[in-house]
Amino acid sequence: MSSETSLAGAPSTYNPDLERLEIELLLEGVFRHYGFDFRAYAYASIRRRLWKRVEGEQLRTISGLQARILHDTEAMERLLLDLSVNVTAMFRDPSFYREFREKVVPLLRTYPFIRIWHAGCSTGEEVFSMAILLEEEGLYDRARLYATDINDVVLQRAKQGIFPLDRMQEYTENYMKAGGKRSFSEYYTAKYDGALFSPSLTRNVVFSQHNLVTDRSFSEFHVIFCRNVLIYFDKTLQNRVHSLFYDSLVMFGLMALGSKESLKFSQYEPCYEKLSVTEKLYRKVH
Amino acid sequence: MQARHVDPLPALGVGYDIVVVGTSWGGLAALRTFVSGVPDTFMMAITLVQHRHKDSDHLLRVLLQEHTRLEVCEVEDKMPLQHGRIYVAPPDYHTLVEPGHFSLSTDAPVRYSRPSIDVTFSSAADSYGHRTVGIVLTGANADGSQGLRQISDRGGMAIVQDPATAESPTMPAAAVKAVPRARVMSLAGISAFLGSLPAGVPEREDA
Repeated sequence: MSSETSLAGAPSTYNPDLERLEIELLLEGVFRHYGFDFRAYAYASIRRRLWKRVEGEQLRTISGLQARILHDTEAMERLLLDLSVNVTAMFRDPSFYREFREKVVPLLRTYPFIRIWHAGCSTGEEVFSMAILLEEEGLYDRARLYATDINDVVLQRAKQGIFPLDRMQEYTENYMKAGGKRSFSEYYTAKYDGALFSPSLTRNVVFSQHNLVTDRSFSEFHVIFCRNVLIYFDKTLQNRVHSLFYDSLVMFGLMALGSKESLKFSQYEPCYEKLSVTEKLYRKVH
Repeated sequence: MQARHVDPLPALGVGYDIVVVGTSWGGLAALRTFVSGVPDTFMMAITLVQHRHKDSDHLLRVLLQEHTRLEVCEVEDKMPLQHGRIYVAPPDYHTLVEPGHFSLSTDAPVRYSRPSIDVTFSSAADSYGHRTVGIVLTGANADGSQGLRQISDRGGMAIVQDPATAESPTMPAAAVKAVPRARVMSLAGISAFLGSLPAGVPEREDA
């Protein structure tokens, strides 16, 4: 009978306020001890990711995870991977790349030199996709791609240019739908269970660690890519990062967001015009 | 002859803010019937999670809009939750419910699904607790049952399409098994029942 009488309120075993307190304390601890600031990340997502790590460490509570990561740096590295790796694919959303070829490439041709920032590049799938696209459009040799991420482990992986072989079929389909002009297999060699991409694709790529939450702008760019990174931030932090992007773009510079992201819910919408009806391509105009 | 114990109706003055609906195989036809039965004056925010191919376009939203006068929108990141609207979870993302708005995630598929019904249900339960209504419709896998359980455990309302009337009974049957006290109804019954529930006034997140 006791379970029935407790129906009207929350069950006694689960207390959302206590859970929130535990999560806030853990994130505060991570920030003060390790310097990584996840305190303004979107709550529902970070909550999911933290619980996954609790399970991965075979613990029972968020507080238990807090104790472990503060005393065990290897556990912290695992948590950092959980919190910072954004799952993506080469030529994710092929229609975006097609639109980029049609709408943005002609604009880029007018610049003698092009600086592109991939903010939150994770394991580099998008950087390689863009390098391929620019190569095929004859623009790569006057471009420099700055690929940054908060997490040095994923940057090292991105630098290697090795992607899982079992995803090449999917990537090949994406590449073709994205308007690819060659045979996708020309760009990589199969090696064990990995596909090693041609090192010449990264000859103009600079990989470096950069934290969108705490670091400042480091140059002026013609294009900024930040696709499906800001979805993990809360609205206040999104606005702060948009301010960073705004300051880092040349006038008439371009910003590319993920296909389900929008400037509509940020303060920076009036500063940009939409360059495409279907894709999230924005041009700084004010 | 009422053999099953079902979730009690809410006490006077308690309303529901959000309805989350999950479906997979057979979902398109079911959702059409479902939305056409929801009254035009419906006050809660409805979120629909339908498993679909990652490259699917806005067709689902367009098709559903033909069957309701409530506004149907596809979710974008940080889109505010407004009452009396129907939101469709986009393909190839997880849709998470936060107090007052949505957040998206590209985290790995859960049980092969992105969007995952469990992820949306679980976040709705966390953000809206007993003010949540969770509904599982036709489908050929067990997604949604864990999330429905969480909604029910936190005092929300659990509803399942009668497996006998579902195009694919696996998903509703799994949901009934996970939440034995869920209300089991036909599609038309679910829409009518929703119309009879008291709607809360959604909290303004910035208030």
